[in-house]
Amino acid sequence: MTVSTMAASGRSRAGASVSVRRRPPWARRARKGARRAAFYALLGVFVVVSLFPFYWIVVTSLKTNAEISRGTTSLLPSHVTWANYVTDFTKEDFLRPLLNSLIVASATTAITVVVASLAGYALARTAMRGKTMFQGFFLVAGFFPVIAMVGPLFIVYRDLNLLNNLVGLAFAYLIYSIPLATWFLANFFSQMPRELEEAATVDGASRLRALRSVIAPIAVPGIFTIAILSFIFCWNDYLIAVSFVTNPGTFTAPLAIIGLGESQYQTFYNLIDAAVVIVTLPIALIVILAQRRIISGLTAGAVKS
Amino acid sequence: MRQVQTPPVPHAQGEPGPDRPEPPSRAARGAGQGLRRSDRRFGYWAIAPAVVLLLAITAFPLLYNLWDSFHHVDYLNPSTLGKFAGLGNYKALVTNNLFVPSLERTLGFTAVSVVVELVIGMALALALNQRFRGRGLVRAAVFIPWAVPTVVSGMLWKSMFDPQTGFVNYILTVLHLPLAHATWLDGTYTGWAAILIADAWRNTPFMAILLLAGLQVIPAELYEAARLDGASVWKAFRHVTLPMLKPALMVALIFRTLSSFLIFDVISAMTSGGPGTSTQALAYLNWQAIIQDSNFGFAAAISVALMIMTLIIAAGYLRIFRPDYTR
Repeated sequence: MTVSTMAASGRSRAGASVSVRRRPPWARRARKGARRAAFYALLGVFVVVSLFPFYWIVVTSLKTNAEISRGTTSLLPSHVTWANYVTDFTKEDFLRPLLNSLIVASATTAITVVVASLAGYALARTAMRGKTMFQGFFLVAGFFPVIAMVGPLFIVYRDLNLLNNLVGLAFAYLIYSIPLATWFLANFFSQMPRELEEAATVDGASRLRALRSVIAPIAVPGIFTIAILSFIFCWNDYLIAVSFVTNPGTFTAPLAIIGLGESQYQTFYNLIDAAVVIVTLPIALIVILAQRRIISGLTAGAVKS
Repeated sequence: MRQVQTPPVPHAQGEPGPDRPEPPSRAARGAGQGLRRSDRRFGYWAIAPAVVLLLAITAFPLLYNLWDSFHHVDYLNPSTLGKFAGLGNYKALVTNNLFVPSLERTLGFTAVSVVVELVIGMALALALNQRFRGRGLVRAAVFIPWAVPTVVSGMLWKSMFDPQTGFVNYILTVLHLPLAHATWLDGTYTGWAAILIADAWRNTPFMAILLLAGLQVIPAELYEAARLDGASVWKAFRHVTLPMLKPALMVALIFRTLSSFLIFDVISAMTSGGPGTSTQALAYLNWQAIIQDSNFGFAAAISVALMIMTLIIAAGYLRIFRPDYTR
């Protein structure tokens, strides 16, 4: 209850003082100070729990094999080595899966941006019939359990030679991106001023040209948001990759981490954790730099609905 | 105490809006209808690619699963391949001792993880909704775990829970706490605890961000009114915050419940369903039936059951949270 105590005290400081008016001022100050301290302690716990595992992963990734074998004796590494990163990139060939992830996520993102922009625009701005039905379809598709795709797509991919194939992955990844992207962009387009495209169509531009040369430039922020989210969702995938890919040359980054650093006698967590750092770093940077956009994209549905 | 109510939402339909255009003259209408028709056609063309692609990866697997689930599609048993199985695969769900225990585990995990994430996520959202110095930094810090791919968060916590090289047992030893020598991932309950921690660490920020967005649109006047009515902090939370938070709460709960219910990545990274089958959730069982056992008929029956249960969960939340303006 500390938190919601704080929640109201921020807004109703005057009101709180009504009930404690009879206390002497120093007591009131002490009480307020104690509350504040508790609040900051709680924030501190949240921040430490969120960030400490990253610290631990980085520290472990800088340990030598000998130190790993000795087990944990300290919160600091005794001897810092970059060898695990070098091994990941050379002997374990971790660059290939990183590139594969980059290629597949980019491809899916590109398709999503085009397809979802068109669909979002159609839902927001045209006189087409059955909008509610289509919106319902995109919503239900967004909740479709991905595991239920795996069996049927496996059989089709096997017959079409799309197993161990990045094209097959990029196609299946559309389940992660299109539903949310279409919802978000339909919402986004419906808030844009209508006059712009009307002016363009009056000028005799075709609908598609108006969309490309007039609407698209103003829609850049929304499209950018969707591109980032779709990229993150695809980068995040494990289920589809582990089902359709067995050939190490086609591994995506999350897939390559599993089974890395396993030997007969011991698991080399320094190698694994170096890879964890490598896979997480790009996305963590994106999340930090584009936090506002990502949050607005994720929460668009939560606030309106 | 005066009941603080949510403002009634007027019905937009049927009300003449101020910007509703005058009915056009007949000639203009003719031209307008032509425009309208082309506009409509453009709409269908524009929405078609997204709909076709999504149908190919959702509706098609749905139908394929339905067909498979009524047939023998067990590649390790080629003699019956493709033969009609009736309800055989569904009967196997109930009788073969894999599905029902897995369902119980999955439901148990879903309930616990959603409650844990809801409580911590709500606390986090309420804290981040306060004004304090460095709020932007704190929000960025607590949101970062969400950037870690789920399977990677599983690997990260597997490394944290390793009895020799991990952090958890080290700190438990230093603090002289119990379980300091536990081999976490080798036990049923400790295994589930580790999975829960990995899952909650990665996904609670998502819950918190959705709830925070909901908190930020609650008008301050409502709290003001509650305060004037002499409402306590708890009452203000109960009668102002919670009702106003309903939409965000619903979206957050649906997302998190379904993704907990379909948990796969973290289990795959941490325990592979073990020891034995004790951490095998439904999605993992479904995956094993496909990839390890090549029994697509049985897998399809699980998938169909999963799709139905997904629908039930989503519909259940929609019913619980259905807008209620009567009170």
